[in-house]
Amino acid sequence: MFSNPDLMKFIFGRLTLESLPFHEPILVVTFIGVMIGAIAVLGLITYYRFWGPLWRDWITSVDHKKIGIMYVILAIIMLVRGFSDAIMMRIQQAIAFGGHEGYLPPHHYDQIFTAHGVIMIFFVAMPFVTGLMNFVVPLQIGARDVAFPFLNNFSFWMTVAGAVIVMMSLFIGEFAKTGWLAYPPLSGIAYSPDVGVDYYIWGLQVAGIGTTLSGINLIATIVKMRAPGMTFMKMPIFTWTALATNILIVASFPVLTAVLALLSLDRYLGMNFFTNDLGGNPMMYVNLIWIWGHPEVYILVLPAFGIFSEVVSTFSSKRLFGYTSMVYATCVIMILSYIVWLHHFFTMGSGASVNAFFGITTMIISIPTGAKLFNWLFTMYRGRIRYEVPMLWTVGFMVTFTIGGMTGVMLAIPPADFVLHNSLFLIAHFHNVIIGGVVFGVFAGINYWFPKAFGFKLDSFWGKVSFWFWQIGFFFAFMPLYVLGLMGVTRRMSQFDDPSLQIWFSIAAFGAGLIALGIAAFFVQIFVSIRNREALRDLTGDPWDGRTLEWATSSPPPEYNFAFTPIVHDHDSWYDMKKRGHTRPLGGFRPIHMPRNTGAGFILAMIAIGFAFGMIWHIWWLAIISFVAMIAVAIGHTFNYNRDFYIPAETVTATENARTRLLAGQS
Amino acid sequence: MISKTRTHQAALATENPEFYLTDKDHHPEGSTMLGFWLYLMSDCLIFATLFAVYGVLGRNYAAGPSPADLFDLPLVAVNTAMLLFSSITYGFAMLWMARGAKLQTLSWLAVTGVFGAIFLALELYEFSHLIHAGAGPQRSAFLSSFFTLVGTHGLHVTFGIVWLITLMVQVSKYGLTQENQRRLMCLSMFWHFLDVVWIGVFSFVYLMGVLG
Repeated sequence: MFSNPDLMKFIFGRLTLESLPFHEPILVVTFIGVMIGAIAVLGLITYYRFWGPLWRDWITSVDHKKIGIMYVILAIIMLVRGFSDAIMMRIQQAIAFGGHEGYLPPHHYDQIFTAHGVIMIFFVAMPFVTGLMNFVVPLQIGARDVAFPFLNNFSFWMTVAGAVIVMMSLFIGEFAKTGWLAYPPLSGIAYSPDVGVDYYIWGLQVAGIGTTLSGINLIATIVKMRAPGMTFMKMPIFTWTALATNILIVASFPVLTAVLALLSLDRYLGMNFFTNDLGGNPMMYVNLIWIWGHPEVYILVLPAFGIFSEVVSTFSSKRLFGYTSMVYATCVIMILSYIVWLHHFFTMGSGASVNAFFGITTMIISIPTGAKLFNWLFTMYRGRIRYEVPMLWTVGFMVTFTIGGMTGVMLAIPPADFVLHNSLFLIAHFHNVIIGGVVFGVFAGINYWFPKAFGFKLDSFWGKVSFWFWQIGFFFAFMPLYVLGLMGVTRRMSQFDDPSLQIWFSIAAFGAGLIALGIAAFFVQIFVSIRNREALRDLTGDPWDGRTLEWATSSPPPEYNFAFTPIVHDHDSWYDMKKRGHTRPLGGFRPIHMPRNTGAGFILAMIAIGFAFGMIWHIWWLAIISFVAMIAVAIGHTFNYNRDFYIPAETVTATENARTRLLAGQS
Repeated sequence: MISKTRTHQAALATENPEFYLTDKDHHPEGSTMLGFWLYLMSDCLIFATLFAVYGVLGRNYAAGPSPADLFDLPLVAVNTAMLLFSSITYGFAMLWMARGAKLQTLSWLAVTGVFGAIFLALELYEFSHLIHAGAGPQRSAFLSSFFTLVGTHGLHVTFGIVWLITLMVQVSKYGLTQENQRRLMCLSMFWHFLDVVWIGVFSFVYLMGVLG
């Protein structure tokens, strides 16, 4: 039976034993490590009998706070993977000189730089940002949950499914060797006949569904579910940036979905959208993917701007300077981000007029961004600044991001770009803004909102250690790349001839080592904080003397967020409540209407993994069965009309009374 | 909206403003319609992308057939009529739904489904005809983008019909409850949206294609 090749091909598609990378020692060791880790985790879950609670309280949860926390956990796990890729590249480039080929063969190196980009953007930065928005936005607007709680759960698990698909490529087959945007014709079937690009396509398609739906969800939440009195111009700035980001998501991810679908049609059905012959046009792909790709970088950085705004205002104990201009700057950036995409390929040769247009629009973006920086500076001016960890990240950001912004304006000048295009100068620039902007913002946000999520602060000593290693490591790792870029070194090289370049790569590798220590310090920070949680405990729910509504409720907030919906009179509404002497209602609680948990989202996402696996390996029966199963489960889910319940008034009263006792004990 | 402003003004007027909504529950307006609109707009962008691709690649015939050689306008006109009729009959279903008449609603939904199915059958006939004539989607970038644009629309209609049948089962089983009415309204928007997209396909791809 197993000697029948047709049957084997039917059952396994193009999956064979050779697809498993036994010949790659690095991967075998990684695989063993991952397996030991997985067995340990599964063992611990079983030992502590955590399977039931895991399923009931987390996997099937529609609570936006838990989903937000799970997004951040996903991002942290994927950060480790993405950073492993980074440090492998840094080591390779530091040693592969003068005929030495380094330790990574080119086909492996190419997969690593592709996976690094894909993972860092889609499965680190995106879940970090989405997770923080999910956790914070409903609390900031005084809502009980998001507009579509089930959809939120589904979105999260689709993102996880995408990450799982990408991670599978590490041990079954291989990943794309095309760079993180998979430009054709290289990513076409003629030049990439193996499964790498298919892993890329299906990983992103599955995760993209989740991202789009979560964008729709948060827009509807912000537009429809704000507390009474909270007009648009009284919304906290983080909520504003979240709104802008989610509008960008809904208005750009469909383009990614479409362009990847077209690439799939080229690869699977032999169509000719992006091929070299029969009328195909590869530059069409490059245009379309950047029409998504440029808004994407603002999708990531706008919420970070929102976090910095909240942090600066809280830790300077002042109203944010220029609230209105901040809102307008956010909206202007949101709109401008759609008319700059061509600056990613000035060298395409669209002519001087087109390049000039996109160069100028790109430079204009620096104006609202600069306005934001001045707003933050003026907020700090004459403020009572507390240099807690979130504030350190914010000040670090202001220095680092400004440098990155300036090199961005340099790249926006088309003639300069013809020299710098695809050089390490570009790599240094976008790491400068993504690390200095998004990553620093995320760490500021984690340190800022961690006590809200878990009821105790993060240890500040290890937080500071982490910050300084990141900050210094960043400059060591990326400033040399600016120099190398100006010398003309292009990106994605695995070996070099000119020995005079080696010193710069060695410095960069040293910097990456410092960043590794920064990440390690972050894990130590979490570990130490959990161990010392009693000393770090915050009973007030408002450890930083916060200004927005999320600090009005307990830490961690009860599942219903607010026993009574707050009424908003000002844009720093919690500060306003404290200043004008609000009293927390102690009685008269009523039953609260809540959405019910469901496993449908998790099940759908797991089937989506099966579907993607079938498509990637051409196991058509699996793809068809999974697709039909997804439709069936989705339809079946719509037959469940029993989607909500009431938390009885007694439960609310008991929860709130417990908090009353805690607050009394506090004072 | 009015109640929000009033609360706000009342609060500002007093010395001790109200900070909590203690006397009643806060019921935000339903967000399903807004959410569904947002979804439709995201879908619209997928079509926009496909239209743009057709606009750029639609004349790359690669020495193969051009629209004037291929398109059979009378057939497409019948096809278009089927889809437009289905939109009208969906409208009738919604009118009966507003009156709470379950049987009439279901009947008009069924008629809508039949029109949709005829539309799909004609489209499949056209596709198979083209493929047999050697003008399949692999032939040229023009045909790739044509099949993808029209096929994506057809795929949407297919899902619309599956959704329609699901809702017919749910309405007949549970009646015209509030939830089912909301669902019918969403499908209604979806169905009319596909109609609008098709008008774009008909004018932009077929009519302009045959004009040369």
